[in-house]
Amino acid sequence: MKSLLFFTTAVALTAQATPDQLLHADKTPANWLTYSGNYNGQRHSPLTQITPANAKDLEMKWVFQADTLQKMEASPIVVDGVMYFTQAPNDVVAVDAKTGRMFWIYQHRVSPDARLCCGQVNRGLAIHFDKAGDTLFLGTLDARLIALDAKNGKVLWDTQVADPKLGYSITEAPLVVKDKVILGPAGGEYGIRGFFAAWDVKTGKELWKVYTVPAAGEPGVETWSGDSWKHGSAASWNTGSYDPDLNLVYYGTGNPGPDWNPDVRLGDNLYSCSVLALDADTGKLKWHFQFTPHDAADWDAAIVPILADIDWKGARRKVLLSANRNGFFYVLDRTTGKFLQGTPFVHQTWAAGLDENGRPIRLPNTEPTVEGTKLYPGMQGGTNWYAPSFSPRTGLFYVSAWKDYYSFFSKLPVTFNEGQMYFGGATKSAVQPIKRGPINSWTDVAGHGEVIALDPQTGKEKWAFKMHDVTDSGLMTTASDLLFTGSREGYFWALDARTGVPLWHAITGGQISAAPVSYMVDGKQYIAISANHSVFAFGLR
Amino acid sequence: MKLLALLTLALPLLAQQHGTDPVQLDTGARIYSANCSVCHGPDGDQVSGVELKRGKFRRASTDDELAKIIQTGIPGTAMPPNAIGSGNLVALVAYLHAMRDFKTKKVALGNAAGGKVVFEGKGGCTACHRVNGKGSHMALDLSDVGAVRTPGYLEDALLEPETVNLPQHRYIHATTLRGEKVSGRRMNEDTLTLQIIDSNERLRSLTKADLRSYEIEKETRMPNYRDKLTATERADVIAWLVSLKGSAK
Repeated sequence: MKSLLFFTTAVALTAQATPDQLLHADKTPANWLTYSGNYNGQRHSPLTQITPANAKDLEMKWVFQADTLQKMEASPIVVDGVMYFTQAPNDVVAVDAKTGRMFWIYQHRVSPDARLCCGQVNRGLAIHFDKAGDTLFLGTLDARLIALDAKNGKVLWDTQVADPKLGYSITEAPLVVKDKVILGPAGGEYGIRGFFAAWDVKTGKELWKVYTVPAAGEPGVETWSGDSWKHGSAASWNTGSYDPDLNLVYYGTGNPGPDWNPDVRLGDNLYSCSVLALDADTGKLKWHFQFTPHDAADWDAAIVPILADIDWKGARRKVLLSANRNGFFYVLDRTTGKFLQGTPFVHQTWAAGLDENGRPIRLPNTEPTVEGTKLYPGMQGGTNWYAPSFSPRTGLFYVSAWKDYYSFFSKLPVTFNEGQMYFGGATKSAVQPIKRGPINSWTDVAGHGEVIALDPQTGKEKWAFKMHDVTDSGLMTTASDLLFTGSREGYFWALDARTGVPLWHAITGGQISAAPVSYMVDGKQYIAISANHSVFAFGLR
Repeated sequence: MKLLALLTLALPLLAQQHGTDPVQLDTGARIYSANCSVCHGPDGDQVSGVELKRGKFRRASTDDELAKIIQTGIPGTAMPPNAIGSGNLVALVAYLHAMRDFKTKKVALGNAAGGKVVFEGKGGCTACHRVNGKGSHMALDLSDVGAVRTPGYLEDALLEPETVNLPQHRYIHATTLRGEKVSGRRMNEDTLTLQIIDSNERLRSLTKADLRSYEIEKETRMPNYRDKLTATERADVIAWLVSLKGSAK
């Protein structure tokens, strides 16, 4: 009996991930190895057991309820039948991916110095594979980066990334590339100076660091009037993507500080509201593309950049696809950063269009005023950080959009004080920005959510799935042409990725502000999603 | 500059302000706008279950306690610590107390007891509204309306009721696939379903897929009381409504 048990364990161990497995995530589709599933950010599972034909037979297999009322935004990772995710404020949980039963929990005690604009949010973990043992990485609300033994949750190393008293915090899932773990801090509402940095996976030693706002004497600082670069923000709060062939990591940056009073920071405010292509080994900025120069609306570029290889005007091209809060959907060449196409995907009233370099042609009277300026899209944007998806099978880009949504943007005099919110204004919208109110009472005047499928070739909408409420959910597609998404209403949907027709839904009973993942254990495919403060796993009956 | 800041806060409801020390309130309003309004909203009602305008706080019964919560935050919730200096903190606390009246016009208040008589009699208000267990459930229960609405808002409700017809107060008219006609006040709605209180005061669930038609009534059912009541009667009714603070401790 004993020997039989031992044998079973040994088989499970030999199935374990190998160090370069992150490079070939598609070859182990039973696992979900990074925030987006793999490096290209496509959030597309190769698994095909669940199909449009049998999606109606999905049922809940397990639910994990956290001991906190804070909502989850984490996208789990799954390795060989073990699921790792985070719950508020900075707990890491390892559960049996088949049953939701816990293997271990690590609880980081967050320093009271942490300053948070938007709740006790964490978007997940990264993992590094090594023969000597696998390591999980957690960024914390008090701006620490912590390495944990994936077998038992014990701390291997723990390093202070930045000073939380100044408003630095970490909410994004780190990204492991080769022997480095990469991330940038949040804090764009506190006038921080944003950066990206890489640490040695083994030791926690910082290997490179690059600021997202240039300092005096550096190129780009001329895009900031006076000393305003010092509090220029351009924070990071969502995971980037990686192209191993080009050895570039791609990250979006957030708003310039202060959010809504742009008068104190005249100029384009580089590299806020941009996507940056950084050399993964050195952090050197290879190229940048700024979606919204001199942003005054809080239109972060936090969304995961999707890397796809598509046919473009008759030739194969490495592109980067991104839908931005500013309401435009972009196709860029990801080798050079060259702008290829940009098209509005929601109603917008702030730009006459984009010029041949992709720079918006801003309409007059679209900056915040003391009285308030009404703009479409509103403060949360045409979309936000909600994970998009790309299916190489359909060639379509999928994103959660807020349609017909506006805000009033107003500005106020502002002075910078260390560690204090640095807004310079306020916004007012009929939709509550982050979390649903007690009752859904406003949508007939305030816009609504849709999942839309955009054709990168034309920028045109192929189909739309309309919801009553807005949606903060990420998306995932599968190689069986399914699309999974949640909603602020708490529905979890399976749609036909080719038509947008709903095939199945479940009621989770809580706002979904995370993105789905898929994995396989013992030959059975699962779909998992965090809803409010619980994680649900669904599988076929 | 001061006035400008006030106008910003009052975005859709421009109105005169009154209250205590206007300089202090202006400072408080600005601090509120910079630090609090992103989560709590310009009207203090954006966090579910928290209505700052009520001037009553679940975790603070004194100004000192309130100030402490602002400074230290509430562990385990989204309420973060805020490093606000003591002078500004006083102004912010003053503003929180004055928020309810901050945007209001001055409205003459009459006799509350007389207002109750008009409310239940000539005004016919209880045909739709309910106060402390008396009246209909079809429109809003007003038992605590004085805690959340200003006299100016209440006057608008009587004179220009269309301006206070919020989407969640709207009536819907639906016909089911079987031909049943259903009307009622919408209490909730999502992509697939509706929750209403129907004309028989039943709480009902409707599934959109089971409906042949579904219309939302955009006009308010609230009568205009400009000609139905005298100015004195209206002032009395407003005084009565303002006195209704609910039975909560």
